[in-house]
Amino acid sequence: MTAIEAKGLRKSYGKFVALDGVDLRVEEGRILGLIGPNGAGKSTALNAALGLTAFEGSLSVLGRNPWTERDSLMTDVCFIADVAVLPRWMKVSQAVDYVAGVHPRFDRAKAEALLAKTAIKMTSRVRQLSKGMVTQLHLALVMSIDARLLVLDEPTLGLDIIYRKQFYDSLLNDYFDKSRTIIVTTHQVEEIEHILTDVVFIDRGKILLDSAMDAVAERYAELMVTPENLAAARALKPIHERQVFGRGVLLFADVNRATLTALGEVRAPSLADLFVAIVGGAAHQGAAA
Amino acid sequence: MSAPSDTFDPAIAATTPAPSHAVRPFYWSVRRELWENKSLYIAPVATAAVVLLGFLVSMSMLSHFHKLSSLADLDASEMAAPYGFSAMLVMLAGFVVALFYSLGALHNERRDRSILFWKSMPVSDLLTVLSKAAIPLLIMPAIVLGVVLGLQVMMLVVEMVVFAAHGLGPMALLSSLDPAPRELMLVYGLITAAIWYVPVFGWLFLVSGWARRVTFLWAILPPIGLCVFEQIALGTHHVADLLGHRLFGAAGAAFNSPTPGGALHIMLADMDPLGFIGRIDVWLGIVIGAAFFGAAVWLRRYRDPI
Repeated sequence: MTAIEAKGLRKSYGKFVALDGVDLRVEEGRILGLIGPNGAGKSTALNAALGLTAFEGSLSVLGRNPWTERDSLMTDVCFIADVAVLPRWMKVSQAVDYVAGVHPRFDRAKAEALLAKTAIKMTSRVRQLSKGMVTQLHLALVMSIDARLLVLDEPTLGLDIIYRKQFYDSLLNDYFDKSRTIIVTTHQVEEIEHILTDVVFIDRGKILLDSAMDAVAERYAELMVTPENLAAARALKPIHERQVFGRGVLLFADVNRATLTALGEVRAPSLADLFVAIVGGAAHQGAAA
Repeated sequence: MSAPSDTFDPAIAATTPAPSHAVRPFYWSVRRELWENKSLYIAPVATAAVVLLGFLVSMSMLSHFHKLSSLADLDASEMAAPYGFSAMLVMLAGFVVALFYSLGALHNERRDRSILFWKSMPVSDLLTVLSKAAIPLLIMPAIVLGVVLGLQVMMLVVEMVVFAAHGLGPMALLSSLDPAPRELMLVYGLITAAIWYVPVFGWLFLVSGWARRVTFLWAILPPIGLCVFEQIALGTHHVADLLGHRLFGAAGAAFNSPTPGGALHIMLADMDPLGFIGRIDVWLGIVIGAAFFGAAVWLRRYRDPI
């Protein structure tokens, strides 16, 4: 079953084109990382999929048009937007009561069990919680909803490393299973790459890479080349070259492993390096955060 | 109880998909409005407390200065006046709070971005706006009614105690005050006022959902501008008359005009429900108000939330 299918997805704000003909297909049971620099169109794409913004082209989320069938879609979809959006006046107990009162797929016992593992008190107000705790609370609420698609837009922005690690561990261990689909955007690529099954690079409204993670490892290779082999390696047309401790590190696509191994040390590139190589070609400020 | 937070807890993870359970989204949406806007009930209750305090002082003065030997010392309308007056004050407090609530109803959630949380729940924009509209149109009248009844019961108890201290029985007081028709009038007045002000609340909701900033100015400046424009361009004041009629004409529409100058002494016999229902301006107000609320729903549904 397909969770999301987009064809020729376009969105512009005046002259600014946020999405420029995006084709994308996400199967159910995948964890997709949507990665791109600021203003690349990530949030616009997610907002379109969540029925929060109008779009051109065709887009189907769990078999529904998110713009015209948003009300029924929201029973199966849940999302955490890119900023802390839990109302600050709300008590933790009220948040649990409210979600239990309006969401037919909410498992109150699970939410309470998840919250019991944190330092969050049911009597606290959201405004009294630290930023990390607010995110924990939001995640506990969302993970207790039996949704088929979960969209996380920069869920760990501004959190320290311990909360970020907990966040993704919890998501993977306590929530994810094969009937669910997760889409996550983040700047901290290195923290999510081990949980992703699929990755999409997006820049200036266009998709630059759309691949399963296993295929990424097969297709791309990073070579730390010995100085005498540098010219030979360059002849193989690397897609990116950088210097690490004075040695050339070259990134190749679709080049035979055996050929590379003869020239130096070969390893799988990190998503961050791959991102810089593919997206960072043009000068982007802060693209490789 | 609280295990280290990043350990894997199979008991939680293994929870099978929760079967859908029954939900009451309208009920919980209204509850959520009351959680956020405590002033909705605090203001009427505080007003009632001030009234009660004033009444206590006045009763103690009364019992101090007057030798109450018989009820003939006071005429009935003079005795009833504090009850009518207290109801008016609580109604006014409730009305003002409802106005400010409406102005923030669809604006605050955008300002603090919590709309992105509310919109992540399976609660439609129509239901959300209806639950918010219920606050000024249903909940506030009910709050005012409850507070006024509570206040008047307490006032009555105080008065009975004072009168009893002067050897006057409670029945005499009750028959003199005649509370039943008074409360009937209160209920009637609250219902007709809620209907009469539908377009006012609707307008505030529309502004609340539309304006990005300074909702108060957006709410009052366009109508004022329209009045000024008409006055200068055409030398007439139909818009001003219309707005004045809507803002201050509720009692006039619901009650037959009482004797001149006696606005505070509207009597039970002056209630005119059939006349109210038959008025074209009542129905026009409902239609225009519904259009405003409908536009507010449309805005919340189809405009980018932030």
